[in-house]
Amino acid sequence: MKDDIIICRCQDVTEQEIVDAIKKYNLSTVDEVKRVTRAGMGHCQGKTCRKLVEQILSRELSRPVSADQYTTLRPPTRAVPLDLLANAEQSFDKVVSRGRGGHNE
Amino acid sequence: MSNLPKTAELVIIGGGVIGTSIAYELAKRGMKDIVLVEGDTISSGSTGRCGGGIRAQWSTPENVRLAMASVERFKSLESELETELEFEQGGYLILAHSDQELQQFESNVKMQKSLNLDVDLITPSQAKEIVPSLNIEKITGATWCPSDGSINPFLLNFAYARAARQKGVKIFQHTKVIGIEHKAQKITGINTDQGKISTNQLVNAAGGYAGFIGKLAGLDLPVVPHRHEILATEQINRFFKNMIMSFEYNLYFRQVMDGGIVGGQTNPGELPGTDIKSGLTFLKEMSVKLTHFIPKLKQVKVIRQWAGLYCTSPDAQPILGKIENLAGYYQAIGFSGHGLMLAPRTAVLMANCIADPDFQDEDLSRLNLDRFKHGIVSGERSVV
Repeated sequence: MKDDIIICRCQDVTEQEIVDAIKKYNLSTVDEVKRVTRAGMGHCQGKTCRKLVEQILSRELSRPVSADQYTTLRPPTRAVPLDLLANAEQSFDKVVSRGRGGHNE
Repeated sequence: MSNLPKTAELVIIGGGVIGTSIAYELAKRGMKDIVLVEGDTISSGSTGRCGGGIRAQWSTPENVRLAMASVERFKSLESELETELEFEQGGYLILAHSDQELQQFESNVKMQKSLNLDVDLITPSQAKEIVPSLNIEKITGATWCPSDGSINPFLLNFAYARAARQKGVKIFQHTKVIGIEHKAQKITGINTDQGKISTNQLVNAAGGYAGFIGKLAGLDLPVVPHRHEILATEQINRFFKNMIMSFEYNLYFRQVMDGGIVGGQTNPGELPGTDIKSGLTFLKEMSVKLTHFIPKLKQVKVIRQWAGLYCTSPDAQPILGKIENLAGYYQAIGFSGHGLMLAPRTAVLMANCIADPDFQDEDLSRLNLDRFKHGIVSGERSVV
């Protein structure tokens, strides 16, 4: 049963949800499947599921598996607690004294 | 190879929320033979990289009106496009950190109220009632608009693309525009890396690349791309539903429906360019600010960071409609980071103006490119 098979374990996305999204939105790449279903957006960033998603795409669209279709792996490589990153920068005042954003100010 | 058609009634350049929403609205008005070309994939650009916020709290009446009309459209879009969009009116809390900033907010609120926006200036303790976990140490007040909110940008973009396809729009991904042809001040066609299309009408909806598309048509448009960075944390139990913003401390953040905190800033001193690499400096700065405002986030982990482009205009307002001396050229560009929230109303205005040459609208004419002919009078100030 496709709705019993979890493809993305971080975000709990089933094979059925991925197949439905591919059909509903005419998806053809792993990145598009990620955007619509969240498969690959969790802790591991698709280290397991992106290959499975590409296989599902290949089967649903009757095309060969494409090695260059894998999603972007984003930093940080491992999840990092916010306070660890914050302590590296130390002072709130120092950070905010770098000034406002807003290009037109 | 792509089976790109040889001719089209109109070509839309860009598969973000602006391009796909205009395609949908035009097809809905009965236009046939619309082609949309996207250099990468749907939602690969700024739409898919944004924070998903929707607010009507702006400092210019044009932006307030566009946003308020968009919020009205957002309310009915889920049923119209027949899909879940995670649209939620959780409100926007905009923090003030000095008396001077509070004064600016007071005049914004006055103008916004005159346009019938339900918005109020509130005290730090009232802000804490809305978000009990908020640290109000450095806050002198805030503005609160409960009808502001958020949406899932991907779902909105893909829903517009799907609805446009259902109405006959042909969408070609992985199709980069490499040339625009015009003769005697009229658009005659576009050239892509997948072939040529003859057309007398095109819409520049290229987001961060709008200036580049303009150059291909021989136009020197006053827009520049700027990188903006953003991060997402792991999922935690949802404890607030609104967007929190600070112009002074340069950040915005919200907790998305699935539980992650998503927040971004404008990097100080960022130079124009299309580089969208992520950096450690941003990660550290956002972590300092996030843990300051919501101390209970200290142990929460960052799992992803990315960046996207603002298409920045000189007054931080969009540039819409047709232009002088190039018939058949239309644009919806320069949203300066706020295209998603303004898209529904923008698409309606653009489709009306393309489908009906006599269509008149006050905001559409005020937001035309020709406003820069006499220099910039005043711009939108409420920008992160």
